[in-house]
Amino acid sequence: MTGPRRVHDMGGQDAGPIETEGHVNEPWEKRMDAIRMLCGQRELLRTDEMRRNIEDLGPGVYTELGYYERWCAAISNVLLQKKVISVDELGRKMAEVEERWTKARKS
Amino acid sequence: MSERFSVGDRVRVRRAYPPGHVRAPYFTRGKVGEVQAIAGSYRNPEQLAYGITDAERLPLYRVIFRQSDLWSDYEGGPKDTTVVDFYENWLDPA
Repeated sequence: MTGPRRVHDMGGQDAGPIETEGHVNEPWEKRMDAIRMLCGQRELLRTDEMRRNIEDLGPGVYTELGYYERWCAAISNVLLQKKVISVDELGRKMAEVEERWTKARKS
Repeated sequence: MSERFSVGDRVRVRRAYPPGHVRAPYFTRGKVGEVQAIAGSYRNPEQLAYGITDAERLPLYRVIFRQSDLWSDYEGGPKDTTVVDFYENWLDPA
């Protein structure tokens, strides 16, 4: 008897060639790292909670998002679950940031 | 903390497929390996993952498998091995 293999549990699956070149992290990725550390220090987020929330993104989202995008999604979900932020608050803030970003790019 | 297994013991990874955060890789389930080392004891990550901060402490074992035992179609050398860490709840005597 076997059960379903979840998408993140990919040991032994075909994965194509491994990229061995180093790469530079984007500023937002570094910020993501800092937010994660801060959440850890405030005892809002443990490594295992982070992993669980990344795994729970599910097949579509998990495979489409990049490494730090998964972090962003998982940390957001943990902070929502722990009532640090609300869905409404996060939605409004995202719209505000997007508007600011669009204006900045036009000018 | 008393450990159920000792270095050199043959162990089988439980053939279980629960939903949720699981710390035993899929490709090892039901497979037999040998305890190579005891790596200490730590709070159960499968509980920590759900915010249970006073989770029970479990021994962590380093288990070595023959690649040919893990993969029926393995084409590498017969001495090739893989080492995977398991918490005690995932292991049975083999």
